[in-house]
Amino acid sequence: MTPPRTVVAAPVAALHQVSKSYPGPPDVHALHPVDLTVEPGDYLAVSGPSGSGKSTLLNLLGLLDRPSSGTFHLSGIDVATLTEAERTALRGHRIGFVFQSFHLLAYRTALENVALGQLYVSTSRRARRTAAHEALRRVGLGHRVHALPTTLSGGERQRVAIARALVNSPELLLCDEPTGNLDSTTAASVMDLIEELHTTGVTVIVITHDPLIAARADRHVSIFDGHLDELPLHAVRETV
Amino acid sequence: MSLPPGRTRPLRRPRLVAPSRLSWRDLADESLAGILQRPARSVLTMLGTVLGVGAFVAVLGLTSTATGQIGKSFSLLQDTTVTVNDVGAQQPPDVTPAGFDFPNDSDARLDRLNGVIAAGVWWSVQLPEATISATPLSTPDDASSSIGLFAATPGALAAMQPTVQSGVLFNSFHNSRSEQVCVLGAPAARLLGITRIDDQPAVFINDIAYTVVGIISDTRSLPQTLLGVIIPSSTALKAYGPPTNSPAQALIHTQLGAAQLIAAQAPLALRPDQPQLLQAVPPPDPTSLRNAVSTDLSGLFLTLAGICLVIGAVGIANTTLVAVMERTGEIGLRRALGARPRHITLQFLTESTTLGLLGGLIGTSIGVTTVIATALDRHWTAILNPATVLPAPLIGALIGLLAGLYPALRAARIEPLDALRR
Repeated sequence: MTPPRTVVAAPVAALHQVSKSYPGPPDVHALHPVDLTVEPGDYLAVSGPSGSGKSTLLNLLGLLDRPSSGTFHLSGIDVATLTEAERTALRGHRIGFVFQSFHLLAYRTALENVALGQLYVSTSRRARRTAAHEALRRVGLGHRVHALPTTLSGGERQRVAIARALVNSPELLLCDEPTGNLDSTTAASVMDLIEELHTTGVTVIVITHDPLIAARADRHVSIFDGHLDELPLHAVRETV
Repeated sequence: MSLPPGRTRPLRRPRLVAPSRLSWRDLADESLAGILQRPARSVLTMLGTVLGVGAFVAVLGLTSTATGQIGKSFSLLQDTTVTVNDVGAQQPPDVTPAGFDFPNDSDARLDRLNGVIAAGVWWSVQLPEATISATPLSTPDDASSSIGLFAATPGALAAMQPTVQSGVLFNSFHNSRSEQVCVLGAPAARLLGITRIDDQPAVFINDIAYTVVGIISDTRSLPQTLLGVIIPSSTALKAYGPPTNSPAQALIHTQLGAAQLIAAQAPLALRPDQPQLLQAVPPPDPTSLRNAVSTDLSGLFLTLAGICLVIGAVGIANTTLVAVMERTGEIGLRRALGARPRHITLQFLTESTTLGLLGGLIGTSIGVTTVIATALDRHWTAILNPATVLPAPLIGALIGLLAGLYPALRAARIEPLDALRR
């Protein structure tokens, strides 16, 4: 068996007829069978109102949940064949998460928070600290490495969280409402940062209910009542 | 796990992804950070364990210190008397024809033992219808009928450690010649109306006169003889025969610390031919006395210490559970970053165990300090058993481990997607 990482052309994420339903009378179909392919270097926005199935899609893409049917290949690996431990490891190695509420540890410095991103991946502390320094510089916080999250502004906190997601050089940056807790100016600067990272080759998926944020992406899918529609690029630009 | 139709999962395949790892050092760091991020709460959580382990160490230390002291005081006064019972006399007459198993030279045989200060044989002489009075031909219903008659060798008289009020004690001369002499206890003398002995008073027992040679005001052993007339044993044997209802007894006054040894040697020294006829009763062994005291005292306090430990365990369990609830987001984040459920369990278990161990260490220090301070204050010798002090911090760690089990397992079951949506 050829190691999957050498398959250069494999899409970062390939969903084929993936659906999710929650059992129990009545069955809830959170996501109807969808097909979605995310190529390396893509910048994809997923938008939709709350309850539309955005979160379900995010959980499936982030390996936090298993699909009820269909196949999901992450970087060429069929995740259905993985054990729970392997899925956990794959999540830690290949996917960077950015959350709406940042999820920074309040009593740890920015550097320690970023280094946490590699805690379960790398056992060398020196390597973790070096990588954390580098990631913080990359998001423009090289001067605040020893600051506690409580002394940082909202935008700075989200930058620390993005640095934590980047520190493992993930193949997929999964952003769940990354600007949901930020004012519009700060939100714009965070999105600028995400787009800047995208231009360096990071594959980005942004999940948002904000059409303005969604419109900035190269590709835009909308989700409504568990049905996924990919909008043509011009359509997105016109609606804005 | 659902698989698409037409595909089967291979039984063996190379690992696609190396599983997440967490080094012991990182685990220790993460747990320590978890404890230190809320120092005040951690200290309060430890309190129950601190009290429990502290009480445990203090109770055991104080009881061993105190019983060491008790043993010392007891041995000074009470450990110097040995009695030897004539068990042969209590058996049916066909086994031992004579009801008196002590040899005539008992005093000398016992005196030869190293550590004996004074020793001899005595018994209570049972005379039905005896009249004891200070005048001849008195009536039986005298007030003096409560006075007892005792036979004693000069050694037994000395072993009673009497305080002589006036006159002298009878000696081996009187005994060897079966002289008609007696020693009176002060209360008996008062009942008989004898106040002085320089006019050579006599006591009449069934109208036989016995010259009073001395009056004793007090004894250390056998205080019942104070209300009685004590005559030499050979005189008693000659006049009334061997003891009938109450068998004879040897009384030995030993040097300090010799009692246990003398008790072992006395029956053999007295009757080398049949030592089983005699049974020596030593004073309570200092060691067994100490053990008895410590069992009585420490039982109650150890129960209290145990209650403290249970409270400590509940405290740790409660706080860890609250911490797990509070840190649901952190747990979700760690799971998203690649932590396996066992990593989460281990982290919280390490936190609770470390809290327990710290509590145990502090508690042990407090307990040891308490024992030493008490001993210094009372000028005692502090006695701490390493077998109880050294494992005490581990008791705390064990409490922490047990208390953390449920919260830690619960933390591992938290679904990351629920936790992250908070």
